[in-house]
Amino acid sequence: MAAHGHGEHGETLSHIASMRVLVGTFVALLFLTVITVAAAYVDFGGRGLNLAVAMLIATVKASLVILYFMHLRYDRLFHTVIFVAGLLAATLFLGFALVDRGQYEDDVIWDKDNQPAIKPYTPEL
Amino acid sequence: MAKENPENPSYTSFLEDPHGIMGHRGGFWGWFGTFDHKRIGIMYLCGILASLMVGGLFALLVRLELFFPGETIIGPQAYNEFFTLHGAIMVFLVIVPGIPAALGNIALPMQLGAPDVAFPRLNLASFYLWCVGAVLLVGAMAMGFVTDQTGVDTGWTFYTPYSLKEHTAGDAILMSLVGVFLLGFSSIFTGLNFLTTIHKFRAKGMGWFQMPLNLWALYATGIMQVLATPVLGITVLLLSVERFLEIGIFDPVLGGDPILFQHFFWFYSHPAVYIMIIPAMGVISELITTFSHKHIFGYRFIAWSSLSLALLSFLVWGHHLFVSGQSRMAGMIFSALTFTVAIPSAIKVFNWTATLYKGVIRLQTPMLYALSFVLLFTIGGLTGLFLGVISIDVHLHDTYFVVAHFHYVMMGSTLVAFLGGLHYWFPKFTGKMYPEKLGQFISVMVFFGFNLTFLPQFVMGSRGMTRRYWDYDPEFTLMHQLSTIGAFVLGISLFIVVCYLFWAAYKGEKAPPNPWGASTLEWESPSPPPLYNFVEQPPLPELYEYDELVYDDEEGGYVRKLRDGGEVRSYRRYVRSKPSGGH
Amino acid sequence: MSEHAHGDQKGSRFIQHHYDDAQHQFDSGKLAIWLFLAQEVLFFSALFVAYIIFRTQHPEIFEYGSQYLDRTMGAVNTLVLIGSSFTAAYAVRCAQLRNQRTLVICLAITLACALGFLTIKYFEYSEKIHHGTLYGKKFVPHVDPDGATFPEDAVIKPCIHGSEGNLGADPSIPPPAEGEAAPCPDNTNMFFTLYFAMTGLHGLHVLFGVFVFIWLLVRAMKGHFTPDYYGPVDYAALYWHLVDLIWIFLFPLYYLI
Repeated sequence: MAAHGHGEHGETLSHIASMRVLVGTFVALLFLTVITVAAAYVDFGGRGLNLAVAMLIATVKASLVILYFMHLRYDRLFHTVIFVAGLLAATLFLGFALVDRGQYEDDVIWDKDNQPAIKPYTPEL
Repeated sequence: MAKENPENPSYTSFLEDPHGIMGHRGGFWGWFGTFDHKRIGIMYLCGILASLMVGGLFALLVRLELFFPGETIIGPQAYNEFFTLHGAIMVFLVIVPGIPAALGNIALPMQLGAPDVAFPRLNLASFYLWCVGAVLLVGAMAMGFVTDQTGVDTGWTFYTPYSLKEHTAGDAILMSLVGVFLLGFSSIFTGLNFLTTIHKFRAKGMGWFQMPLNLWALYATGIMQVLATPVLGITVLLLSVERFLEIGIFDPVLGGDPILFQHFFWFYSHPAVYIMIIPAMGVISELITTFSHKHIFGYRFIAWSSLSLALLSFLVWGHHLFVSGQSRMAGMIFSALTFTVAIPSAIKVFNWTATLYKGVIRLQTPMLYALSFVLLFTIGGLTGLFLGVISIDVHLHDTYFVVAHFHYVMMGSTLVAFLGGLHYWFPKFTGKMYPEKLGQFISVMVFFGFNLTFLPQFVMGSRGMTRRYWDYDPEFTLMHQLSTIGAFVLGISLFIVVCYLFWAAYKGEKAPPNPWGASTLEWESPSPPPLYNFVEQPPLPELYEYDELVYDDEEGGYVRKLRDGGEVRSYRRYVRSKPSGGH
Repeated sequence: MSEHAHGDQKGSRFIQHHYDDAQHQFDSGKLAIWLFLAQEVLFFSALFVAYIIFRTQHPEIFEYGSQYLDRTMGAVNTLVLIGSSFTAAYAVRCAQLRNQRTLVICLAITLACALGFLTIKYFEYSEKIHHGTLYGKKFVPHVDPDGATFPEDAVIKPCIHGSEGNLGADPSIPPPAEGEAAPCPDNTNMFFTLYFAMTGLHGLHVLFGVFVFIWLLVRAMKGHFTPDYYGPVDYAALYWHLVDLIWIFLFPLYYLI
């Protein structure tokens, strides 16, 4: 059921990556690394945007590694499902934790000299 | 070799046919170095039952201390260490591995019609990890009693900041965290192994919806083991590094966040409780259909509900953090999601009940445990819903109500299902029958003792008795005493179970291949089975159809009477013989 | 069920007995390694969660702390890992095509790159130890972000939780005057805690990779890998690509912003 690769020497157990794809991906990754370092010296106006650009480039690089070096593009769909499931679980984890911390950030004592003003609670007796 | 009779071909049982890292050599390494999933399952079983006895002993000591208010037998520090030990051993060594590692290892490949799991050596490695983790965990806890060092007294949840270095000195906690880390990987590799085996080793003709429901349950469990357990791994790793190097990630003094620890911890530990219960539900599905001699009601519903329960379990971990400092918004979201997680479980309970209706019910030991499960799980699950409502949880959190709830689901449900499954498959992997009357009697005692222990705890908890407290207000004394008496009834009953099972493994009556009239593939093989599970690959039986299975007095068990020819196919005709030297 | 294939010239002797054939064994292993990779993603996810939470709430410690990191070393490490990823993928192709010589060369280069990565990491970490920019309580910097030692009489603020005159909390605080030590934002030690935790864990995975590739190299030199048995090479390469993937994210998150 796996994608049998027809290489120069007949059938093998899985798809054989062509040299073109491997070298092409490698060169693209090198190029993108150079770009991302260069982009770090450019101010895109606001820390959020700088981060977004860096993450965008990193995501493109990651996709190249996953699709071509890791053969996921040529492999059975279920392997993609497994990997994406892992990413989804991690995203879920992140999402809830981030929302929560955002909500209780005001209670966190980050700076001892600058404590948040929390009124002491006295129950009515 | 003796002359082979084609009518009665001989086979060698796996108990006399070792295969492992020492080749075919027997003795100690024939067991400890084996690749055979059945032997690995049996070894897990021995370890798990031993851990159950140790953890149970500490539970009895805790309950004994609580018999009277104030000090009864031990002081508060020792008490804290005892309940931590009880909790950690039970969760990490008994209940999480329990059904998947012991019963799953024995039954899964046979139910698939496979010769073994996909990765037998990885299976052995999982077992080794369990052993080392167990030694470290128990050893760390023993350190508190044997040496002058503070033992592990943080509770099995290791909450920060109490578990940080400045509050609890000593290396015992570090050692126990390393033990938990290894146990986590044992679980991950088992899940990985089972998932691959179910994907790749199903018998010809067995599609996904022709698999026994036990396998759907183990599949759902595998998903959770692979996705959730690594987060436990990183959490205990970070806590260890935090204690060892004081990096500050959970320490508020250094800018860290102790609630983050709880998020990390419960992201695993909530799916963990489903890792505990879903295999139990799988076992119960098998027991109920077999002992009602009736096709399971709603096969697809049960299969899908196992998967959906596994997926939903990832969405609700915050309900453990309602009063710990988690924000109200997160609390509300988690509370709403917690209500949804009850639905798949309820679907299962309805389906089991419907299976019982108009079935031919035989109240043998496994069935008694299965029926106990249905009742006790209903109570446990419903009380979980109460706790899922934030406004109620504010009053009930950290009280005995929570303790009673989780004991109903972890012990009253998972452990009871484990015992039911153990009795069910016992004839298959030992070739011997356990004493039936004693088994039935003890199962009733377990039910009685369990309820006597934990029903008073619901009452106490709702009246405000806090958990993990060494001392209490005298108004709770009666409830505590009832609970302690129940605990001893329960403890003694479980001890008797372990004793008679060990006895029966050597001295029990010989078991037929199919004592229960079950329809899944493992019963088409002799008891005990040969090394690679089947003497000849059996044709796939109709799952959960019982028309063909009839009781044969001569055999003492069920045989398959084929509808067309009237031929009786019995596996008694396989003659068990000793191995004739090397292979 | 148990056809012994010992010494069979057609099939590899590494096909285990309980599998139907080489394809069955390969596919099972492939499925398992992807499950393992999903598990690794979750293993690292907790630290990414910690990073994102702290970064969202306190970006100042990241902007300040990242100045202490050497971008060149980080970039070189990135290129080294990408190169080793390429040779690992190439090695799989070589095994599939029965090209043993190139397979061994590729595995050797991958191994060398992994060791190179660890060496550069060693230098980075030693520099940090030397400068006192460590995790948690041990964050006692002797130098400012540009590498210049603080002047003799400078009062170095502890930066941990409650130092006076901290940045980030109050932007109206003026920058330090001549000769005055630049105070770091409160709890800058958390940046280094996360840095060491994440790069340390990643480095450990690189180290495991080193052992795996040594094992593979030895087996490759013995000629174990053939077109009908190259699972270990494929699975190890996949693991290695994941290690590379994680670094692809770690590099910008710590060094470039």
